[in-house]
Order: sequence, then structure tokens, then C-alpha cells
Amino acid sequence: MSFEQIKLLLIAKFGEDVIVGEETGGLQPALLIDPDRIIDVCRELRDNPKTYFDFLSCLTGVDYGVEDGRFGVVYHLASIPYQTQLTLKVSKENDRNEDELPSFPSITSIYGAADWHEREAYEMIGMFFEGHPDLRKLLLPDDWEGYPLRKDYTTVDKYYKGIKID
Amino acid sequence: MNITNSKYEEALERYKQKIADAATEEMVLNMGPQHPSTHGVLRLELITDGEIVKEVIPHIGYLHRCFEKHAESLTYQQTIPFTDRMDYLASMNNSHIWCMGVEKMLGIDQEIPKRIEYIRVLVCELNRIASHLIAIGTYGIDIGAFTPFLWCFRDREHIMGMLEWVSGSRMLYNYIWVGGLFYDLPVGFEERCREFVEYFKPKTAELNQLLTDNSIFIQRTANIGVLPMDVAINYGCSGPMLRGSGLKWDLRRIDGYSVYPELDFEVPIGTGMVGTVGDCWDRYKVRVDEIDQSIRIIEQCLDRLQKELKRTPEFDPRAKMPRKLTPKPQDFYFRGEGAKGELGFYFIHDKKRETDKDGNLRLADTEVPFRVKARGPSFCNLSVLPEISRGVMIADLIAIIGSIDFVLGEVDR
Repeated sequence: MSFEQIKLLLIAKFGEDVIVGEETGGLQPALLIDPDRIIDVCRELRDNPKTYFDFLSCLTGVDYGVEDGRFGVVYHLASIPYQTQLTLKVSKENDRNEDELPSFPSITSIYGAADWHEREAYEMIGMFFEGHPDLRKLLLPDDWEGYPLRKDYTTVDKYYKGIKID
Repeated sequence: MNITNSKYEEALERYKQKIADAATEEMVLNMGPQHPSTHGVLRLELITDGEIVKEVIPHIGYLHRCFEKHAESLTYQQTIPFTDRMDYLASMNNSHIWCMGVEKMLGIDQEIPKRIEYIRVLVCELNRIASHLIAIGTYGIDIGAFTPFLWCFRDREHIMGMLEWVSGSRMLYNYIWVGGLFYDLPVGFEERCREFVEYFKPKTAELNQLLTDNSIFIQRTANIGVLPMDVAINYGCSGPMLRGSGLKWDLRRIDGYSVYPELDFEVPIGTGMVGTVGDCWDRYKVRVDEIDQSIRIIEQCLDRLQKELKRTPEFDPRAKMPRKLTPKPQDFYFRGEGAKGELGFYFIHDKKRETDKDGNLRLADTEVPFRVKARGPSFCNLSVLPEISRGVMIADLIAIIGSIDFVLGEVDR
């Protein structure tokens, strides 16, 4: 199925407002999805016999910068039977308050591969995934403070557990 | 900077409670990070009942070197040595995929001379053989066969020597550059490589006699750690792990990048010859068969490199290298078949905001990516481990870990 056909299929199934935009300028077109509907969209794309996007290649958490004030998740799906690829994006505005992380629905119930990718996005970018079964830090120590891949991240402390940071 | 929202700590508390509860009825056993059969610094927390593993909780990150953070502050060219250090057993494959991704973004991927692409594929396949030899050799050691390890390392040493001759370094090459190569192949390399191919061809047959058909080895690996195909796909497994489960899925064929469409090779899959499809033995056998296929690819590359794409005195492997690596603002995901599976790089490139001397904000071209995400094949392959090792014996867990063939440098990045 082509990109346009997938778009029409989603609109026919979920209505106009599920797709909030599209990016077709680059090498790979992307669909911008309403964050609250991403689980439904992924389930439909995985199970529909016309698309069968059964393989989650990559899941990326993105901090779009301090000026932009948005956080997003990018999903790269691949279909093994049809040998096609698709990019989905969701994003939300957030004021960088660490008590109110940007929150997205977790798609671990659709793709098992999302489990570790979401944990990585949680600790690195600082975004919460609603419904994730085990959202602990993955690569960083449990007591790590701050979110290292945020664009405004700076190492404030001169010491980490008594070890001097140069 | 204390976080007061307890929602974000809930999973951690739940995990701690689980470990505390397990201590009364079952035993919590720590395996790694120094355990030799965890292939690096992987720590597995096992909740065991006698010899039965009830649950496996992997802890990774001991080798985290902030690849993505580094990539956000270095230019595309400067990041190539960092990609080498991800899967350090198959560095050529990593830098090949990185460079192809950047070339696609720059729009110069069609301009790369054929000789350069064939050299790239040649060194990548040599490196793939080296990586599989380690996987096979150390797998033997994991389950008690010491001799195959020495045999594999003996043969791998030839490859290491040749690649050192090419690039100047044994493991971390920094040889493939965006738009070209560090240097042309050294004079006499093709002949030396042919000698190696002739020497190495009978070795997989020897290896099969020694290990593949060994009945002790089959008893330890057949019907162990069966990974059904649907679980493999759902967890994003790729490479020999997915092919071992019986699916013909090789990105060199599917995407047909570089010069792979011009080359003739088979995609071996697991058939369940001695057990069930998708067991440890199948995954092991796929790697052995892939070595034979890589040898075929190398021979075809050598044929081309010695005939129609012969070296000429005026050939300059850096001729097509762009002086500035400034792609248009875009985002792009490029995937390729590394030695362990689908290695992908997701680039977001954007213009840099800067203020000029009058204090005006303007957008400038930059050679530094805005965001890079590396999708390591080992990372996803390892994430299926808790799923397939529920209820196995501790000794079988070793066999499962070895058959996944992950490199912690790539899991942790």
C-alpha cells in the first residue's frame, strides 16, 4: 500500500482528526498522528491484512529544542509480508517541568520491541509512557538525576557520588 | 532537582518489592556482570526455584558510552569512529551503514564509484565472517567445547591481519568514510585475500564435523530456547536470530542497498533439522551457513576488483568526498544488515540557530545532526531473552544467551 492509501485507510477507519498532519518533503514521508490514538492506529496497521506492519524497527524519543517546546516520539514500522516501511510521529507541547513529563500512550501491548525502546526514551529524554508494564531506567543507574538527551541538559553537579566530574 | 511526582518512581518500587518478595520463597541469583558466559558486562538477575529459572531480569548499561549524545555534538565524519565502537566485532558493517545513511541524505549515494562500493562490501563481508567466527567459537566455550574456539580464533586472526593491513587497525577501523574510503586497498591485497579464501573454504566443513554434528552439542542446543517466528517479529529480532526462526529476511536482499543486488548469494534459514525450528541449534547453524555465503560474496567481489574494476594509478578513493557534510533539513531512517541483524540509524538534521554579532537570530548550515538514534540489532535481540527463558534450567540459559550472540557495546551504545 502506498503512503496515500494508508492515510485514506486510517481516515476511513478512525475519522479525519486521527491524522493531524503529514511530512512529505524528505526522503521518507511521515504521518503525524493524534497522540491519544496511537495505540489504535498501530493495532490497525499491524492487524489489517492490507498493511501488516508487524515489525517495529525503531522507536525514538525526540526533544525538539527549548525554543520549540515540543517533545515527540517517532515510530518506524516495517511490514515483513509487503516489504514496506512507514514512519509515524506523535508530539506534545511541554514546559519542561520535571514533575509533569510529556506523557504518551505505551505501545508495548502491540509491539514487544517497544518495551526497551520506551524505557530508553523515558530515561534519556524524560517522557512518560502510560500503560508501560515496567518503566524503570534501562541504561542509566536507578538514581540518576536529570534527562541526559534533553537539549537543555547540563551537568550541574561537580560531583557524582563523591567522584569529581571534570 | 528532586522529583516529587511518585508516578515516575512507581515501576522502580514495584521491582524492588518483587526482589524482596522473591527472597522468601525463591532464590535471587545474580549472573554477571563479570560472568564469562554473559559475553561482556551483562547482568542478569534470575529468580530461581532450584534449578528452574522462573524469571530473568536483564540489567544493562554497564558499557553505556553516550553514543547518541556524542553524535549530537560531533560532525557526521567525526562520529564514524564512535559507530565502530558500537558492535566492535563487526566495525566495518557499522560504519558502512552510517556512511550510506549520510550519503543518502546528501543525495550522493548514486555517485559513489563501483570500485569503492565493492571494496566496502568486501571488507564488510570479511568482518561479518570474523564476527560469526567469534559467535560460534565462544558459543562452543559456553557449553563446554574448547577446541572450536581455538580453531575459530586461528582463522579469525587471518582476517584481523588483513583488515589491519587495509586500515591500520585490528578491530576499530575507521576505514569507510562518507563518500569514499580512507585509502585504496593496499597493493597485493586481492591476491592475499584469494589465498585466504582458498585456505578458509574447507574450514567450515571441519567446523561442522567438530561442533555442528557433535551429539553432545546437539543435546545441549536442540529444542532449547525455541523462539517462535511471531514472537521474534513482535520483539523486533532480526538477523540470524530471526532467520533461525525460519523467516527469509535479509536486508541485503530486501532493501538491496549498495552492490548487493549484483551479487549472488543465498539466505540461509533455520529448518529445525535436529530439533524445533527456532531453537539454539538453528540459530547457530544459520551463522555457520552464512559464513559460506559470505565467502561466495567475497569471491565475486574479488573477481570484479581484479577484472573490470581493477586498480588504476589515478583512482582516488577520496575524490567524491564532499568537503562539507551539510544535508538539507530532514529526518531519515536508514537500515542495513549488520552482522547481528538490522542496524538502523535515525537522523534528524536541522539548521543550527545562532546569533550573529548584531544579536539577530539566524539559521545556519551545520555539519552536526540534531538528533541521532542508533537501533542496535543486539539491543532488540536481547530484549526477547526474558520471554524465551521463562521456566528453563540455569544451564540452558547459558546456551540461550550464547545463541543470541549480542555484543554489549551495541546493546549499551
